[in-house]
Formats: sequence, structure tokens, C-alpha cells
Amino acid sequence: MLKIFADYVAYSLFGLRPGTHLGEATNFFIYDTIKIFLLLTVIIFVVAIIRSQFPPEKTKQILSHKREYIGNVLAALLGVVTPFCSCSAVPLFIGFVESGVPLGVTFSFLISSPMVNEVALILLYGLFGWKIAAIYISSGLIVAIVAGFIIGRLKMERYVQDYVWQMQVGNVEITKLTHREKIEYARGYTAGLLKKIWPYVLVGIGIGALIHGYAPENFLAQYAGKNNPFAVPLAVLIGVPLYSNAAGIIPIVHVLMEKGMAVGTVLAFMMAVTALSLPEAIILNNVLKKTLLAVFFGTVAVAIVIVGYLFNAIL
Amino acid sequence: MKIEILGAGCAKCRKLYENTVEAVKQSGKEAVIVKVDDIKKIVEYGVMSTPAIVVNGEVKASGKLVSSDEIRSML
Repeated sequence: MLKIFADYVAYSLFGLRPGTHLGEATNFFIYDTIKIFLLLTVIIFVVAIIRSQFPPEKTKQILSHKREYIGNVLAALLGVVTPFCSCSAVPLFIGFVESGVPLGVTFSFLISSPMVNEVALILLYGLFGWKIAAIYISSGLIVAIVAGFIIGRLKMERYVQDYVWQMQVGNVEITKLTHREKIEYARGYTAGLLKKIWPYVLVGIGIGALIHGYAPENFLAQYAGKNNPFAVPLAVLIGVPLYSNAAGIIPIVHVLMEKGMAVGTVLAFMMAVTALSLPEAIILNNVLKKTLLAVFFGTVAVAIVIVGYLFNAIL
Repeated sequence: MKIEILGAGCAKCRKLYENTVEAVKQSGKEAVIVKVDDIKKIVEYGVMSTPAIVVNGEVKASGKLVSSDEIRSML
């Protein structure tokens, strides 16, 4: 259906010839844009409905005084469904540790919540198919569980800023939303998120379309293929400053894979984009001392690099 | 009446502040509107996701942007 429409617009309406650079790029741009925005609208709405059942206050109650292992696993899973914005990372962090959520469990949540997010999943599913999306979710969860577990084991409580432990945390009644309020919330959430990310997505698809139409097949295989051992760590390093543009990065990465970037490298790059963000580090600097912040970033980065190598080796 | 807008400089927090000013003006009631960006105060209210709106010390909504109509019904 979409393919026919994209063919029609590019080849009949615009009169471009299939097989030419411009024709292929235009067709690709139209097809991807429609597909991605359809998916985004529908799935963000559904995810928002699910999220309205899991306000952070409820997640905090569930995780409070949980032991490691089970706590880390639960935290990583709840991270997927609890709405999270890095601007709320500080009150969330304090709320968690003050109500008795163990430090390592809190980190499992903080890692999984931005990494396994709905926008990344939709784009991965839409562009790469369900297999890559599933691999991304499961390895993302494992990274969150393992990294949180390690941080918990290192007993780094004293590297949390001292004032955090002295704070008095109030209790908010969890308001139950009615059915209508949930729909209303989901509608607002979907519209707000789309409004925020659409320019990035469009630019991302545009750049992707240009590469798709103009770059030769396999031109990246030499640099970012399986045989370059530095590709994975380099991809992680490049991913760190790209945080806010996750929505625009994935369409580009999709095309990079088409042109020969190895799957593990692609996964590591996207995880670095979503999980390791400079703005979040700056915000968390308010509650964590430098050592813990470094351990947090270091552990997650190492875990992501391992995931990259692993999938380059087995796929 | 004292209304506090909790949140440290995110776009939604600013919008919530504007909505609140609008709501107070429409309702014709007397109210002091304060922006609270001190993280300690925010946490003392038990709020874990910003922006949040507090009316006379009671948290009315958190983690979402409420419209000026909704705010008017809180006053």
C-alpha cells in the first residue's frame, strides 16, 4: 500500500525515474516518512495508555526495599513503562533512594528507562524489523540489570551527595485516573511528543534518504564492518553527545547498516545515544559525587561495548 | 491563596506557570504564584516528576502539564 503510494508520488507525480539517485532517494524519503509517522502516532498513544497506569510514585512503592537480583530485574522492566524525562531525574532519584529503593536497583531503573523507550522501539521495529527491535529490548534490559547490579555490589552509597540522605520526602496520594482521563493524558502525551521530535525524525529520514540514494553499497563495510575492532567503542563515543536526537539518529543508522555497518556496532551506537547522555550526566551531578557518576557511565559504556562485540560475533 | 509551580527550568514548567497565571486571571481570585526550582523543596512535597502544581501546600498534579481550565477547578 505505502510502497505503491511512494512509487506513485516519486515516479508519476514528480516524474522521477526509478533507479536514478534522485528517484530512489525521493521514493525512500516519502515511504519512510509516512510509515514512521503512522507508527509513531499509533504506538506512542498505546504506550501512553500503558504508562498512565504506572506513575513514578507507584513504581517507587513497588521497588521500595526490594532485594538485589529481583529488584534489579523489576526496576529494569518498570523502567520501560514508567514515564521518564531526564529533567525529572533528580527528584526521581532522591524519591527512590529516600524511600528505601537500593542504590543499584535505582540505577537499573535509571539506565533502562531512557534506553528502552517507545520512540527508539517504534523506529527500530519500523525500519529494522521485529528481530532487531527484540534484540535491542532484551540486551538493553540485560545491560540495565547487570550494570545496576554491579553498582549495587560496589556499595557506593557514600558517593551519593550527602544532602540526599538528609532530605525529608513527602508523600503524594497516587491519584487514580478515570478511563477518560487516561485517554486524555495519552492524547496530550502523543501530541506533545510528536511535536517535539518531528523535525529530528524528518531531518534524520532526509539524511538517510540521501545516503540511501547516493552512497555506494557497502561503502561502510571497510570502516564499520565486523572486522574493525575499534568500530564498537568508537560508535559508543560518538553516540554520547547525540542524546536529544535519538529520533533523528535511528533513520540514519538504518541506512548505515544497509551500507555495511555491522549489526552489533549499530546496536551499541543506538544504546549509547539513548542511555549515555551528557545532559543527564550534568543533571545527575547534583545528586552523585564524581566517582559514582564516573562509575555509572563507565559501567554502562563497558556493558554496551560488550553487547556490540557480542552481536558482531554471533550475527 | 498560594500557588507553587514546581520544576527546574523545563519547557513544560514554564508553560504550566503561564497556564496558572491565565487561570488565576480568569477566576478573578486573589493568588500569589511562586516558581519553585529548589530541588529540596520539590522533593519535600513528594513530587517525583515535574512540573507539578501545589495549591496551599497540597500537590494537585505532578508530571504533566495541566490546562488553565483544569487549574481553575483546583482554585
